[in-house]
Amino acid sequence: MNKKKSLKDYDIVFTLIAILIGFAVGAIMLVIAKISPIDAYKTLFDGVFSKPKFMIWSIVYATPLIFTGLSVGFSFRTGVFNIGAEGQFVVGTLAACAVGILVDLPSPLHILLCFVAAMVAGAIWGIIVAYLKVKFGINEVLSMIMFNWLAFYLSNYVMNFAVLHKEGGGEATKDILDSAKITMPFLDAKTFGPNANWGILVAIAVAILIYFIINKTTLGYQLRAVGFNRTAAEYGGISVNRAVMTAMAISGGLAGLGGAMQLMGMSMRISQYSSQEGFGFDGITVALIGASNPIGCIFAGLFYGAMKYGGSKLNLVGAPSEIIKIIMGCIVFFIAISHVFKALFSKKSLKKEVK
Amino acid sequence: MDAFISNLGLIINATLIATPPLLFAALGSCFSERSGVVNIGIEGMMTIGAFTGAVVAYYTHNGWFAFLCGGLAGALFGLLHAVACVSLAADQTITGTAINFLAPGIAVFLAKMLFNSSDTPAIDSTWKLPKLFDGVFKAGTFWKNVLNVYSVAYLVFLLVIVVWFVFYKTRFGMRLRAVGEHPTACDTLGINVFRVRYICVILSGFLAGLGGAYVTLATVNQFKPIVIVGQGFIAIAAVIFGKFKPQGAMYACLLFGFCSGLKVLLGSGNIVSPNLISMIPYVVTVVALILFVGKSRVPAANGKPYIKSK
Repeated sequence: MNKKKSLKDYDIVFTLIAILIGFAVGAIMLVIAKISPIDAYKTLFDGVFSKPKFMIWSIVYATPLIFTGLSVGFSFRTGVFNIGAEGQFVVGTLAACAVGILVDLPSPLHILLCFVAAMVAGAIWGIIVAYLKVKFGINEVLSMIMFNWLAFYLSNYVMNFAVLHKEGGGEATKDILDSAKITMPFLDAKTFGPNANWGILVAIAVAILIYFIINKTTLGYQLRAVGFNRTAAEYGGISVNRAVMTAMAISGGLAGLGGAMQLMGMSMRISQYSSQEGFGFDGITVALIGASNPIGCIFAGLFYGAMKYGGSKLNLVGAPSEIIKIIMGCIVFFIAISHVFKALFSKKSLKKEVK
Repeated sequence: MDAFISNLGLIINATLIATPPLLFAALGSCFSERSGVVNIGIEGMMTIGAFTGAVVAYYTHNGWFAFLCGGLAGALFGLLHAVACVSLAADQTITGTAINFLAPGIAVFLAKMLFNSSDTPAIDSTWKLPKLFDGVFKAGTFWKNVLNVYSVAYLVFLLVIVVWFVFYKTRFGMRLRAVGEHPTACDTLGINVFRVRYICVILSGFLAGLGGAYVTLATVNQFKPIVIVGQGFIAIAAVIFGKFKPQGAMYACLLFGFCSGLKVLLGSGNIVSPNLISMIPYVVTVVALILFVGKSRVPAANGKPYIKSK
């Protein structure tokens, strides 16, 4: 015992192996489809790294995913599965959009108000579900699926209000006021793209804050205790009901804030949804790749954002962009069974020690 | 009065069209959840079923064969889920999420490879599943409105009875329920926990695949990436709503189906915003849960991999 940790003790190694396997399976699919995997992966890589503009686009794609990843990851730590990040993201977007259009304030204040509105909206969406669970014993997965769709139709309903809807038809709201945008207009749009924004810095700051809350505060300790063992936590004097409510409020607020980032940094308006956008569901993947660790979620979100953006260019070599979904699915799948490899490794090293 | 009866017929008809895909998937979910394996991959399994059904019908011109193939494609992903969750004791939520990526990804990938488009070509109405009472009743009458649905719609209700019988009147049903509650006790009594769970998870994929295939072979006539979106999750919700019982899941699916029927009828009037009408099933579910249904008890071993001790 008391040995130094060897490489195989770190989960990140297995995550990297899972990523490699994901790309390998993707390559096999491409070969079956008679497309050169080397060409495809080169397009993917160049599509992300060959120009600063592309890298910024990848980061812009990643920002909302980091937030939904943080949201789902945070809920995992308390033993709740927040499949409702999708709906919380949508109401966050809606709240930020309403404040962004209807309120007239100087820039930093306006942005802050939009953030707060989005967080409150997401948190309320999360708290309702937690309250239904705590008060009436209603299964949270069930009510979250309901609230995802409620948010979806609520957004489609509210965006048609005359005060928000763009004049002259179209299925979108007006653009939010310039004072509510978080873009960087001082950057040259040709080199850096039109959507460079501050969102990523907020995401990193929030991730660090969440890391601090989980690991260094009494609240974080209580939430983790509930996640580990509800009964034991209750016995130890922690109110499980309150912990679940708090966790869902924070988790919902994070997803809502992600919606604000997507709106204020990228889309600038809400369009009519025809199907769920999937930011919340993608957040589940980000949380899993990031091992529910807030700092891990930053990297997982960046990875996923880059894959999403780079994947959109795969049609240049005639490869369907769905290959990205297949690769991501494989990565998640192999992360799920990574403990099997871990067990194999440790058996081997045990044998070595015996010898 | 005649108009009312005719409208009533249309609502029942719309309910009978919207319910079966949910109900197939929900029955599948019942098998998996009651045996102790959480399966949120239902959504992906429905999508691959929908795709396979449409493609096989396009090439073979045989609706029933295509329907079966849709189920088998779902079962294949069920097998994948079972290998990971039962044999390898993986986290069931994570593998389910993976399947929700993989299956739709593969479906659209193959569609683009085969047809150069994310949609499959439309299939001829004679290749679709047959309508049972086609031409029996006069157009516009109540019975024509009610019974003008594809034969699978009746089949699924028969299937509910079959599943109920399997669950509560057979040895296998008793075992699968027991395995979901206390796998260790079952193992002690000589029940092969792994085998029961394998059968149940593969069955859940098969039934979800049938549900997906129903959508492309009866409701619409081609596969599109958005053809399933969300229905798998609604089916899971219906199972929890129905307290993990096949008959309960049926009532829940009928409620969702009825609400979408209502949506079709009310939406044509343009009196109320269609978005508000679309919210009805979800609001009704939440209210019904608070007022009548209450706590839905999850099978005790649900979500926990069973690891055989040595």
